Amino acid sequence: MSLPELAAASGLHRVGARPPLRQYLVEAWRRKDFIFTMAKFRLRAGLERSRLGVVWLVLQPALNALIYGLIFGILQGDKRPPDYAAHVVIGVFLFQFFAGSFTQGARSITGNQALVQSLAFPRLTLPVAEVIEQFMSLLPSLGLLVVILPVMGHWPTWHWLLMIPLLVLFTLFNTGIALIAARLTVHLRDLTQLLPFISRILFYTSGVLFDVNRIFDQAPWAVVLYDFHPLYQVLQMARDAMMGGHDYNHLYWLYFSIWAVVTLVFGLLFFWVAEERYGRD
Amino acid sequence: MDVTEHNVSPTAAAGVEPRPVVVVDDLHVKYRVFISGKAIKRAAQQRIAARGRGIRTVHALRGVSFVARENESIGVIGPNGSGKSTLMRALTGLTPPAAGAVYASTRPNLLGVGAALIPDLSGDRNITLGCLALGLTRKEVEEVRDEIIDYSTLRRAIDLPMRTYSSGMQAKLKFAIATVREHEILIVDEALAVGDKAFRRRSEARIREIRDNAGTVFLVSHSMTSIRDTCSRTLWLQDGLLVMDGPTDEVVAAYEESTPEEERPRRRGR
Repeated sequence: MSLPELAAASGLHRVGARPPLRQYLVEAWRRKDFIFTMAKFRLRAGLERSRLGVVWLVLQPALNALIYGLIFGILQGDKRPPDYAAHVVIGVFLFQFFAGSFTQGARSITGNQALVQSLAFPRLTLPVAEVIEQFMSLLPSLGLLVVILPVMGHWPTWHWLLMIPLLVLFTLFNTGIALIAARLTVHLRDLTQLLPFISRILFYTSGVLFDVNRIFDQAPWAVVLYDFHPLYQVLQMARDAMMGGHDYNHLYWLYFSIWAVVTLVFGLLFFWVAEERYGRD
Repeated sequence: MDVTEHNVSPTAAAGVEPRPVVVVDDLHVKYRVFISGKAIKRAAQQRIAARGRGIRTVHALRGVSFVARENESIGVIGPNGSGKSTLMRALTGLTPPAAGAVYASTRPNLLGVGAALIPDLSGDRNITLGCLALGLTRKEVEEVRDEIIDYSTLRRAIDLPMRTYSSGMQAKLKFAIATVREHEILIVDEALAVGDKAFRRRSEARIREIRDNAGTVFLVSHSMTSIRDTCSRTLWLQDGLLVMDGPTDEVVAAYEESTPEEERPRRRGR
């Protein structure tokens, strides 16, 4: 009897074979406690040794918004968007959730090499945990928004509740992005070096700091293009929900829902296909 | 100490072939690594490197086959770089084979929870994290928490950040977490080399306990004493090939015979 026959006769399975998608997702779901705990503990560990601790979760995005707001406020002159301060704060805070999911998600496999090589669990948990961690660190800055928007003259309205479905969609979208980026860096390590630049470019082109209609008033085709820019859609919807008076295409909700679902589904499949590949070298 | 006492499992003694749990069939593992510096020039001269960046393929395992059965504890010995750890990682499925295959009844577990832990957090939180990483549920973690703390003998230090622990203390905690789950097939790679003598004794006892509960244990070690005390069978690897596979006494004796005294690792049990 040959060895594979012996294995088959004794009911043994090949080790490390990628499970079918359904089973894979079920196994990943079973690890939900692990995902949440890892996200929470990592976030905490990152802050534990600094004196201000959790305060940094608010301070860091606030300083970011302040500096970018100042520089771009001066550079743009009278092309500044109306209600500039609120525009920038919402833009910068929400964009950080995307940028964090993207860059940290991309490193979730390559940066956890030792873990991937020593324990067997669905690797999906690693990028997802990164997105959850980024979401947790977004919450304090959302709290800050709730405090400072009234100071800027935007009182809470029922429209603020639209932020909840928006954040759900945004999280799905970011998870898809994190999964895609996580696999890409495994194949091409050099991407890790490019990540900060890609994220920077997106930051400057997604309408975080400017008003697309004013900047591109000479180029209407560019404005049309922005109608299909998922990050720009998120920011515009959030601004309309929290500041009101933003004239935006309400089809954005439909567009972005499609973006979110398609990105997530594609990300899941794309990541799952290479499951056996992770931790190989 | 009577060596044979733990070494022969009851079923094996009775002459009944126990059920196979791991079958390794002509396993090859290759690593691709980038080479640099002097090696790249040499490679270019010899035309080993394919293109621009020198990529060298290391053939870490070159056709290893064996069958492991229930209730066996198998020692794995060989000089550094002989492919021991590669073989263990291939058993867990973490390193995919270039050719051949590994079959197992359940996925073998590497006794290595260390990578999931966060040094800046307390031992207590790391117990939570480590157990969840091993696949326990929240409720199960609370049930075994005390057992882990007692077993690691770190009760007084459990609220301190893990980075403040000595390497021996860290090893104890990791071992205690990793063995809390019932493993059907467990791989222990050099974990027993650290920790004090009392802890080593107890961890060896734990391994025998796992084996006696119908488990199968692989132990990679340079300590022939550990191998003799815990393993009934031993595999000797050299340059990615299985040189010898048989009862521990014979294999260890042959291995020690072949290795000159001064090259043999110093880290010997007692």
